[in-house]
Amino acid sequence: MYNFEFSNPKTIENATKALSSEDAQALGGGQTLLPTMKQRLASAEVLVSLSGISEMVGVSQSDGTVSIGGATTHAEVARQSREAYPALAQLAGKIGDPAVRNRGTIGGSLANNDPAACYPAGALASGATIQTNKREIQADEFFRGMFETALDEGEIITSVTFPVPEVANYQKFEQPASRFALVGVFVAKTSGGVRVAVTGASNNGVYRWREAEAALSTDFSASAIDGMSGDPSDMIEDLHGSPAYRAHLVGVLTRRAVSSCS
Amino acid sequence: MPTVTMNINGRQMSANVENRTLLVAALREDLNLTGTHVGCDTSQCGACLVHVNGKAVKSCTMLAVEADGADVETIEGQANADGSLNVIQQAFQDHHGLQCGFCTPGMVMSAAALLKENPKPTEAEIRNHLEGNICRCTGYQGIVNAIMAASGQSVAMAAE
Ligand SMILES: Cc1cc2nc3c(=O)[nH]c(=O)nc-3n(C[C@H](O)[C@H](O)[C@H](O)COP(=O)(O)OP(=O)(O)OC[C@H]3O[C@@H](n4cnc5c(N)ncnc54)[C@H](O)[C@@H]3O)c2cc1C
Ligand code: FES
Ligand code: FES
Repeated sequence: MYNFEFSNPKTIENATKALSSEDAQALGGGQTLLPTMKQRLASAEVLVSLSGISEMVGVSQSDGTVSIGGATTHAEVARQSREAYPALAQLAGKIGDPAVRNRGTIGGSLANNDPAACYPAGALASGATIQTNKREIQADEFFRGMFETALDEGEIITSVTFPVPEVANYQKFEQPASRFALVGVFVAKTSGGVRVAVTGASNNGVYRWREAEAALSTDFSASAIDGMSGDPSDMIEDLHGSPAYRAHLVGVLTRRAVSSCS
Repeated sequence: MPTVTMNINGRQMSANVENRTLLVAALREDLNLTGTHVGCDTSQCGACLVHVNGKAVKSCTMLAVEADGADVETIEGQANADGSLNVIQQAFQDHHGLQCGFCTPGMVMSAAALLKENPKPTEAEIRNHLEGNICRCTGYQGIVNAIMAASGQSVAMAAE
């Protein structure tokens, strides 16, 4: 990897300053960025590490919501949100492997918006709010297609607030080599209706499966979406699965997620 | 060049590194701790697994400058004070937990992290925990048996 200057701020304010210099980039857990930099697919003049910013680490709870600091690792989310939001804890606890979970962060995962990542599905289905060093962004506005988000240059995710649904479940069909989601579906039932977010399937990254949401909002049971499957027309085609295969999995995993909600 | 100081296996050690130097390179090339291996360099195999501040991490996917001031444990620190193998290492030897030995430093460090959190894991928990550690030789059963034995549990004689 190309060399860079390294900055290790202790506050969001100082991180924001460090990120305002030309060609500066945030470093979360480095579990995506460092491998990418090694391949010289990414480079930066300055890497601004967020892991020493204590105000960006931790899980807190208040009236029906769970807030997670942007630099909180997957392992800590799995541990600390187990009671407050079990489906989210389960999602975090199945990302990659234990060593990846000890470094990788929720902010890095959402900012990266990998089309096969788990957190984008959890955030979108839950209707989470993403707080940055500049503003608040609703999950529905945040994800803008494969590897694209609403974040500006130098804007960092400082925390993410999840309204806790009545019931929720995440089903991930693992791609066994990478352990990313070949397809993953997060179902959340709230007083305002049902939200279904699908990752791993679409060329445009995570999306809401509105057809299933409508059917499940009327009748929250797997049989309400019996025989339904995703729309394969813009789905990912790679050596692991065809669009038709992924579209089929979308239906299967959504039914499994609904049946697993209790 | 920045100086990185770490407490490695209970000893204070420093190295002058570039900002881009990976933790594994600092350990192996600057500090001559070559027990930690590089299998893939792409965050997949776990041969480079060490503990940083008590947590298992892939040292090929962390910068040395990020470990400045940290407590680091590597395979070199695992043996007992008299130089004999510790319980996990001995169990790997007794239960054929290694053949070529390339993955072994990472496997032992990964097993140590598991047993610290979960002193009596089930076979399924062991296999789940080892998802990020790849072995091309053993077929894993010997490794799983070794970890069962190291945690004082009976070892299934054959894979299901
Ligand atoms: C072997 C392996 C298996 C994996 N399996 C899975 C899986 O099953 N599911 C899954 O979802 N992911 C998986 N991942 C990815 C992992 O979850 C990463 O940790 C995550 O995608 C990126 O988080 P990070 O903190 O490591 O970010 P980094 O790698 O540090 O950064 C990624 C990007 O986000 C930016 N960034 C980092 N933090 C912030 C922030 N707070 N605000 C704004 N921008 C930020 C960086 O500038 C960079 O562009 C896997 C990774 C590996 C190596
Ligand atoms: S060398 Fe680090 S994971 Fe393979
Ligand atoms: S013993 Fe050879 S790779 Fe595991």
